[in-house]
Amino acid sequence: MDDRDLQYQKYKSILENYLQEQSEQTLYKGQQFSRKMIEQKISPEEAVSLHVSVLEELFPDIPQPLKNSYDFLLEMMIGYGFAYREHQSLRSRQQQLESEIEIAANMQQTLLAGDKPDVNGLDIGAISKPAQKMSGDYYHFVQDENNCMSVAIADVIGKGIPAALCMSMIKYTMDSAPEQRMQPGAVLENLNRVVEQNVDPNMFITMFYGLYDPRVHSFYYAGAGHEPGFFYDAEKDEFEELFTKGLVLGVSKKTSYQEYQRVLHGNDMVIMLSDGVTECRSSDGFIERDEIVAMIRKYIHLSAQEIVDEVYRELERLQEFELRDDFTLVILRREV
Amino acid sequence: MNIQSCVEVRNEWDIVKARQSGRNIAKELGFGTVDQARITTAISELARNIYLYAGNGEVAIERVENGGKLGLKIEASDSGPGIKDIRKVMEDGFTTSGGLGAGLPGVKRLMDEFTIDSKENEGTIITSIKWLR
Repeated sequence: MDDRDLQYQKYKSILENYLQEQSEQTLYKGQQFSRKMIEQKISPEEAVSLHVSVLEELFPDIPQPLKNSYDFLLEMMIGYGFAYREHQSLRSRQQQLESEIEIAANMQQTLLAGDKPDVNGLDIGAISKPAQKMSGDYYHFVQDENNCMSVAIADVIGKGIPAALCMSMIKYTMDSAPEQRMQPGAVLENLNRVVEQNVDPNMFITMFYGLYDPRVHSFYYAGAGHEPGFFYDAEKDEFEELFTKGLVLGVSKKTSYQEYQRVLHGNDMVIMLSDGVTECRSSDGFIERDEIVAMIRKYIHLSAQEIVDEVYRELERLQEFELRDDFTLVILRREV
Repeated sequence: MNIQSCVEVRNEWDIVKARQSGRNIAKELGFGTVDQARITTAISELARNIYLYAGNGEVAIERVENGGKLGLKIEASDSGPGIKDIRKVMEDGFTTSGGLGAGLPGVKRLMDEFTIDSKENEGTIITSIKWLR
């Protein structure tokens, strides 16, 4: 007996049962049988055909008009079969696409994963979480032979795969011009040129770039339309905005970026973030920058990494665990 | 036994004619009701494509034999604008008519064999076979 016969016999016995006694139990059996049929990729028209052939065996004297009507139903079901098969094929294609994206996301992780460097006298915390599988946020640390550390934090306007592709380009550009690393303004000017030439005009990138020199405890920085960070003055116990003047990358061919400098005293902090942090939305609307400051203050007694982790956890909870934008937060603190 | 028929497709009535002759031949060859309905639907879709996109063409249906296997072959041909991107029309979810047309991938799945040959501004020939089991 092949599968088809087996199926036929099984269906016949369930249907006979049901015709004798219209019990819920038999209907339940029918439901289970249909699941099995779906698993075996039996199309709707085959299901109808199965039903009709069982009926014809059980009632050899079915009136001709009724028989004809089944032929009509069969014809109708072909269309549903069409749609059903297309659905199956699209579903398997979607699975394939998803696994491809998964691979790309892993690749991006290895590409962008910049380990936090060990800088004498500096406590560093960093967290970056993508809203979807691929991130349009980027942060990167580089440490040179003088123990100077540069940090870049960027956000591609847009999310997902296009943003991620763009991000990879930024990374290569930064890697290929190591001699500029000491001049934040020049770094941004170079990047601006690359982005302007290579990226679609309706894609923008904002960036904050800074360099910490532990020998003079100074932080040099410049920004390209990026969400302003904060500076924490430990002595005054005050947070202030890290203002930078400069156009978003890729808008205009010739742009210059002003460079700023801050001296870090003991326990002073530099806080850098992406707009995914400030554009978090809770049920009561946008989260204000003040609230971010308040959260950082709440965890200020912890290490830099613990602060960023806790702030992320709290914002994640406020948004009911649904990240709408890529989230990146970096904190540097001069140890005493 | 040499069963064959050829229907010219110029209007919607011709689609019905093509279906009818396809069904007759399928029945004669001994296809079951489900396969008859599938073959007819495939013919219907191919004829409809001719009517909608090429204006006119023909659908030829014939009995084929291969190594003792018996089958039905549909050949739909036209000298219309042709298909620019065959890969695209063979993709699921792509229907230029925007309607619920099953499209060519659907036809391919209904039948056992399917080949398409098309040149821009010259026309399209689609050949498809269903084997009798």
